[in-house]
Amino acid sequence: MTSPGDSGGRETWPLWEVFIRSSRGLSHVHAGSLHAPDETMAVRNARDLYTRRAEGVSIWVVRASHITSSDPDAKGEFFESPQGKEYRHATYYTESEAVPHL
Amino acid sequence: MTAPVEAALADTSAEQREFDRMIEKDLRIEPRDWMPDDYRKTLIRQISQHAHSEIIGMQPEGNWITRAPSLKRKAILMAKVQDEAGHGLYLYSAAQTLGIDRETMFEQLITGAAKYSSIFNYTSPTWADMGSIGWLVDGAAICNQVPLCRASYGPYGRAMTRICKEESFHQRQGFEILLELMRGTEAQRQMAQESVNRWYAPALMMFGPPDEDSPNSQRSMAWKIKRFSNDDLRQRFVDMLVPQAEVLGITLPDPDLKWNEERGHYDFGPLNWDEFYEVLAGRGQANAVRVARRRKAHEDGAWVREAARAYADREVAERMAS
Repeated sequence: MTSPGDSGGRETWPLWEVFIRSSRGLSHVHAGSLHAPDETMAVRNARDLYTRRAEGVSIWVVRASHITSSDPDAKGEFFESPQGKEYRHATYYTESEAVPHL
Repeated sequence: MTAPVEAALADTSAEQREFDRMIEKDLRIEPRDWMPDDYRKTLIRQISQHAHSEIIGMQPEGNWITRAPSLKRKAILMAKVQDEAGHGLYLYSAAQTLGIDRETMFEQLITGAAKYSSIFNYTSPTWADMGSIGWLVDGAAICNQVPLCRASYGPYGRAMTRICKEESFHQRQGFEILLELMRGTEAQRQMAQESVNRWYAPALMMFGPPDEDSPNSQRSMAWKIKRFSNDDLRQRFVDMLVPQAEVLGITLPDPDLKWNEERGHYDFGPLNWDEFYEVLAGRGQANAVRVARRRKAHEDGAWVREAARAYADREVAERMAS
């Protein structure tokens, strides 16, 4: 299961997913995708396409066909394990309300 | 005749119910979700047409880059045209997530199979047209696009959010071009007025036909792709334009334009929809030129794309061998 825009064979250039770090201290976040012949050109194209107004200090590119994603048809079952496990959240513990620094 | 039966079954399928629930709750549909075929087709058509409009939209302004009156204006125009290329690419990416590939979209554009906004089939003979395009055409586009940031299809909404952030500079720089001309000589004021006379009505028609002649609008609104009707958006645009025109000292070319106290909106005269449909049918000022130029650029660039691909393939092969 690759990333959604990857349509494979017909494209002259492969599809890349682009991730941008908007400033130091923040994670790279998915910005979009683009086509490029290789990784060097993908980074350059990403700079021209997604950082025309200084939106980033660092860029990652990943070939769309190299991305593995969870099975979209199984999202219910796949993500159900936290359901019913409210005790994993601090809000579950109400006895300590009004006790300072807790 | 099994079609109605199938349709009825599809209506009640679990997937359809889940889709309806998400639309109802104003949740976003994402690429791998189940969606009705017509929803997918409508989006592919709308997003790719929108992308084509950005790509073709580079031409009326590209026309003026070398002749812009100062280095500053050249730099601004280049930045704007570069943005339009970028907007086209964001939108092609969004369309691709629905299962159409980019080569197909490019082919649809250069063979005339796909439409783009008719406004770009008007020519831009004077410098003032750079002002009118920014103020009126980009202004109308923004009016149309801001609600699309909340479109029910996630990738489309995200592309639109990025586009809207960048688009507001386009409208302001157009307004400033006109303002500067209006503060200039009599000849410059005339050029500005004459340009607005040409662009005003076509810009109003960018919102599409009147609601009663736009049958697909209702469905798009039910799907929350579109949030407001064509006529509502057009009215909103006119209401915004009038005070802006006053600041410019420009007359909007519509004798019926006047404030309606009761409605709390400006009334405006009828638009020439015959002209709209003529341009749409390919008989505008520049339809043939726009598509021919796009085709030439695409075909002339083919060897570059192939060479870059061959180079990349060789690099990979050499890395594997060593």
